[in-house]
Formats: sequence, structure tokens, C-alpha cells
Amino acid sequence: MSMDINELRGIHTLLVMIAFFGICWWAYSAHRSKPNDEAAHLPFDDDEIDQRTREQDMTEKKQ
Amino acid sequence: MSTANPTLTYNYKVVRQFAIMTVVWGIVGMSLGVLIAAQLVWPSVNLDLPFTHFGRLRPLHTNAVIFGFGGSALFATSYYVVQRTCQARLFSDGLAAATFWGWQLVLISAVITLPQGLTSTKEYAELEWPIDILITLVWVSYAIVFFGTITQRKTPHIYVANWFYGGFILTVAVLHIGNNLALPVSAFKSYSIYSGVTDAMMQWWWGHNAVGFFLTAGFLGMMYYFVPKQAGRPVYSYRLSIVHFWALIATYVWAGAHHLHYSALPDWAQTAGMVMSLILLAPSWGGMINGMMTLSGAWHKLRTDPILRFLVVSLSFYGMSTFEGPMMAIKTVNALSHNTDWTIGHVHSGALGWVAMISIGAIYHLIPKLWGVQAMYSTALINLHFWLATVGTVLYIVAMWVNGIMQGLMWRAVNEDGTLTYSFVEALEASTPGYFVRFLGGAIFLSGMLVMAYNVRMTIRQKDAVALDNSVAQAA
Repeated sequence: MSMDINELRGIHTLLVMIAFFGICWWAYSAHRSKPNDEAAHLPFDDDEIDQRTREQDMTEKKQ
Repeated sequence: MSTANPTLTYNYKVVRQFAIMTVVWGIVGMSLGVLIAAQLVWPSVNLDLPFTHFGRLRPLHTNAVIFGFGGSALFATSYYVVQRTCQARLFSDGLAAATFWGWQLVLISAVITLPQGLTSTKEYAELEWPIDILITLVWVSYAIVFFGTITQRKTPHIYVANWFYGGFILTVAVLHIGNNLALPVSAFKSYSIYSGVTDAMMQWWWGHNAVGFFLTAGFLGMMYYFVPKQAGRPVYSYRLSIVHFWALIATYVWAGAHHLHYSALPDWAQTAGMVMSLILLAPSWGGMINGMMTLSGAWHKLRTDPILRFLVVSLSFYGMSTFEGPMMAIKTVNALSHNTDWTIGHVHSGALGWVAMISIGAIYHLIPKLWGVQAMYSTALINLHFWLATVGTVLYIVAMWVNGIMQGLMWRAVNEDGTLTYSFVEALEASTPGYFVRFLGGAIFLSGMLVMAYNVRMTIRQKDAVALDNSVAQAA
């Protein structure tokens, strides 16, 4: 039996569904909880570099 | 988290440049919008000159607001966010500077060529082939700087905002090159390599993803950094943001066909476009809810912080227009709304309410940080801007809803004998009050941008006197 384009489309739909549920499962699984928390805090972790950049920008302007 | 490299600094110069140009192009683009809105009320405002005619200034308006205002805001915030969340300096200062000057050159070229009528006529891709090549060069440099910075990150994770910015940069590259493939016949004239309905489908594959990736994914990147930062708390659900990203980018690319309902495009492709547009509601609202819920426990801040108000109200408009969009993509609704002012109203609830408001909020957040002062010169003026922007947007959308539905109903009205009840010009005449209210709404929104320009100017001017003191005070 040869495969026609519609079977390919059906398989494609199934694969995309599996990928979607896979992403959901992965994102919500318990072992991702800690890394997710760490990632969520990234916007609050770099004040030191920000501060240094501003001080350097100021001294460059003054010179 | 302590940082590994004790001498590392960020490149804020290019962020400052793009932040200023966001305000400048915002004023240029929106002034053009108000001008052409006035032309629809008072046609003689076109001055009867070819280069001030509606047909030539309208693409300049869209190019200036999308690529000038929106584009500069995306460059500024993406360069800022990728550095801060990767704890790495931009991959190359030189290449980053090249993207700034290159992008300004693209925009200046638009200002020069479009009023002369040099256009490829593809919506949101009007610029002729030499400028398209320049855009490609700038965009590839942008991708190198952005992804290069990610490869040099000191953090174990790639923050979700960078996923959205990255998705936007990659997809726009593919769309821009795909849609603009053309055969040049002279220095400023080319013909698309696609023909007929294929060309139309390519155009709206680009056109709708200019909305989906340029005007949505990029600005969602902005949302995922600036909303948590301004609210002072991490995003409501990081895992939802992961699902949000993959669902949104996987769905958006299929929606373009809804621009071609009842056209020569095969029926199955129209239906596919409609169904995918309806599915889009889920990731869009998932993202909006994620942004909104970030404020849970911090809602009181809205009372005192107009920057946060800009960000949150932009999310409300995002939620509203991403509900309206799928609805308009339903074929039977589209039969009423297509070619009417409803479409223009929908675009502007997204463009003014979502894109402009979140950009304005992000720029107000950025300016004091980039110039080393504690806050904007005047919080009262930010508040004034917020109300001007909100009132302007609401007037604009309501006027276009009323006009659009009225036009749709008038065009389809038939007498018992099957003849049309109204001529086209009767529908046009009935639209005039709506056009005036739209002009008014646009002018109010623009006046808010002028208030912003003044506030930004005063903030930057005061920095020399107080900057370093504030800088030290902030560290303490």
C-alpha cells in the first residue's frame, strides 16, 4: 500500500500534538520546578553589573 | 547570584541611541498618521501634490511606526534585556553600532523613496529592492549580535524574554527574505518572483507575521522582562511562559490566509487560516494572563506607578485585540468586516493599545536607568501621557468600530428587487463623523508622545548634575 498525502498530513498532526503535550509535560514536570524558579529570577540577579556599567559610563563622560 | 567577571560591563550606548530614536520615530510616524487621518476628513489637506497624497504617505506612516518606532523599541529593549539576563556584554560593540546606523539608514531611505512613489506595493514591505538588501544586512548583523550574546551568557538558563526576541529575529529574517524575492528591472523598480494568488499568499504570510512576530513575539519579550521588573516580582508562571512561547510561534505562521477570505485562494487554505487564527486565542490569552497575574499581590502599585499602568493596560488591549482578531478571522464575520474601517480599528487597538503602550512603558523604565538617574524628570507627566494615550486609543478604536460595522452593513444592504440600497459614496459620506473622531483620537495620542519627548529631554538634561549621586544612592 502506498501512502498518500493525506496520511502524511494525519501523521504530521499527530506528531505536532505529541510535541505539544511533550512540551507541556516537560515544562510542568516536578524536576523542572527548581530550574524554572532560577530562570524566573534572572531579571533580578545582575544589579552589580548594571551598577558598574553606569559608574563607568559616568567616568567616561567626565573625562 | 554573584557575577563571575568583576570587570564586566554592559553596552548601554546602543540601547540609549535606540531608545531616543524610539521617541523620535514615534513622533514622526504618528504625525504622519494624524496627517493622513485629517486628509480623510478634509481631502484638501493632501495639498494636491503627488508626494503628499494619501496613497504615498500611508505606507510611510506604517513604515515609520512599525519599523521606526516599534523597530527601535525592539532593538533597544532586546539589546538591554539580552545583556542583563545573560550577564554578558553584547557580542560585538562595532556590529551593534552598525545595526543602529544601518537601521536609521533604512528608515531615512523610506522617508526619501515612499513619497516619490517608489514602492513594491506589498503591504508593510513597500520598500524597493536595494533597501530590502540593506534591511537583510542589518538584520543578519542583529541576529549575530543577539545570538552571539546568548552564546556568551554566564547564566545557566536562557530567560524566556530572549526566546521571544530570538523567535522574532529569526522568523522576521525568513519572512522578509521570502516575501521580498523579486526581479529588479531598474534601480528602484522590481517585480515579485511570485505571481497571482501565490504572490498574495506569500504577501499575507509575511503581512500577518509582521503582526505575529514583529509586533507580537518581540513585544512579548519586552513584556516578560519589563512587567516583572517594574512590578518587582518574577513572572507569575515560568512554565506557562514556556508553553506560551512554543504554542504561539507554532500557530502564528499559519494564520495569514485569513487576509484572503473569499479570494482566489483555495477554500481549504482559507479555512486552515481561519482555524489556526481561532486556535491562536489560547496562547495569546495564556501570555496575557501570565503577564497580568505577575501583578497579583502588587496591584496597589498601579495607583502610584504610571509606568506599570502603561504596561498593564497594554496587556488589556493585547487581550482585547487578540480576541477580536480570531473573531474577525471567522469567514462569516470577515464577510462583514473585510475592507471596512473595522480592520483599521483592530490594527490600531493592537498598535496603539498594545505595541505603543508597552513600548512607552518600557522606555520610561529604561531612560532613567540608562542615564544613571533615579527616576524620570516628572512622574505627573508620565501620568498625563498615560491618560492621553488611553483616551486617544479608545476614541480611535470606537470610531473605527462604528464606521466599520456601518460600512459593512451599508455595502451589503439590498432592496427587494436585488439592487444595492446604498451607493459607495453614501457609505463614505456616512463615515465622515467617524473619521473626525479618529483624527481627534490620533491627535490626542500624538500629543502624549510630545509630552514624553519633553519629559525624556528634561530627564537627560538633569543627569549631569545629579547622576553620580543617585548612582551611589541606589547602590546603598
